[in-house]
Amino acid sequence: MALQSLDITARSATTTPSPEVRQTEKVAKLIDISKCIGCKACQVACMEWNDLRDEIGTNHGVYDNPLDLTDKSWTVMRFSEVEVEQGKLEWLIRKDGCMHCADPGCLKACPAPGAIVQYANGIVDFHEENCIGCGYCITGCPFNIPRISKKDDKAYKCTLCSDRVGVGLEPACVKTCPTGAIVFGSKEDMIHHADERIVDLKSRGYKNAGLYDPPGVGGTHVMYVLQHADQPELYHGLPKDPHISLWVELWKGILKPFMSLGLGVATLTAFFHYVTVGPKETPEDTDEHPQGAHGPRKEAP
Amino acid sequence: MNDDNLIERYHPADRANHWLTAITFILLALSGLALFHPAFFFLSHLFGGGPWMRILHPFIGIVMAVSFYFLAHRFFADNLMTAADWQWMRQLRDVITNHDERLPEVGRFNAGQKLLFWVMIATMLLLLLSGIVIWQPWFAPYFPIELIRVAVVIHSVSAFALMLGIIVHIYAAYWVRGTIRGMTRGTVPRAWAKHHHPGWYRQVTKGTK
Repeated sequence: MALQSLDITARSATTTPSPEVRQTEKVAKLIDISKCIGCKACQVACMEWNDLRDEIGTNHGVYDNPLDLTDKSWTVMRFSEVEVEQGKLEWLIRKDGCMHCADPGCLKACPAPGAIVQYANGIVDFHEENCIGCGYCITGCPFNIPRISKKDDKAYKCTLCSDRVGVGLEPACVKTCPTGAIVFGSKEDMIHHADERIVDLKSRGYKNAGLYDPPGVGGTHVMYVLQHADQPELYHGLPKDPHISLWVELWKGILKPFMSLGLGVATLTAFFHYVTVGPKETPEDTDEHPQGAHGPRKEAP
Repeated sequence: MNDDNLIERYHPADRANHWLTAITFILLALSGLALFHPAFFFLSHLFGGGPWMRILHPFIGIVMAVSFYFLAHRFFADNLMTAADWQWMRQLRDVITNHDERLPEVGRFNAGQKLLFWVMIATMLLLLLSGIVIWQPWFAPYFPIELIRVAVVIHSVSAFALMLGIIVHIYAAYWVRGTIRGMTRGTVPRAWAKHHHPGWYRQVTKGTK
């Protein structure tokens, strides 16, 4: 949601630079999956801070509740039971939500000026007052995050509590996390913190522990510490190498500028054809004499 | 101009059908461009703002698709390509430099008009199908995301091809003087028919002259 004290780096459907003289530090939220106990306090804090109350659903026989992200549930716990090693069950619990990509596919795809912005601190935010409900953000997102509300046909997702961050507070989920699995700070500090966690995890036998900060989307401002960073798919299908779909790149990167130009060129070509070659006239001598000898067709200009 | 000098080219129903398709096309092109490139987003104001444009665009699209379906039926038989048409296409240079006397005889429609007809058949079909796939909020949620991504590309490329075709169509109607009244009034001067569509002229005047 809008908070103008945050400086803007990129703005949807805007081809000129956004006001970006003031530089603020890049922030990041780091989610350490090895520390998460799946209590869902972050889901509750998100609801409370953002005044969201999702429909009360039904139990589907799994811990995931609600079963998926919705316009009113901007973060959900994803529970995966996996056996990475034979006979050793692991319960991997991933807090799902917007990853706040440095190269956001939603923003690239959005046709409504200013409906999606990227702040200088890296947060990608939806400004629903400009949203037209077309769903292009869903098309552009490599993580399947935005949801369109049935109530108002606007797209919603995690704001990384941009309103809190803008006044120097940490996101609500970070504030509430009882195990310290979610931490927040400058991206640099978070990477440093993650490195320490990875050293610790490796010392405890998780030899593939690592940081999830996928370069395919320019890195993200929500990062994970994974016990099995070589297999992010284990974590409820977290993509191994996420990137903006080539179809979306083709659509917004090539077709959008060149086809727009093409239409202009075609129109101008028609105009200049007319003023250089001229019209196809009907030979005049035949015009008024329907019964008479019509002039030879050779007389055409 | 006396009535003797005019012959009917388009029946009133042809004209109504054509113009319904044309009006819906213009509305779709304007709103579609607004949704395509920010340079055209100001056009959304013509439709009452972004959300209204997003709501209206697909419904107008359905009207165009239905309207065009009937239009295609009306003109189908007259748009089949012949050997002379392919020759005409090969002499496109003579066409655009107004050397009509070098061209093979043209029937009710010339090869350019026929080509546009087939471009329209193809693009309208693609636009309809891909448009349903990306139609929010009614249908898009039921399609897989990869299909939606392909559909937006198909939708924009088809729209581009159709718009190029229509730019040529509108210009050609103006360029070939006397053509527009055929579709606005339904009649054309005999001389126009004789000169631009001699094959068709012979056919419609057979037995009467």
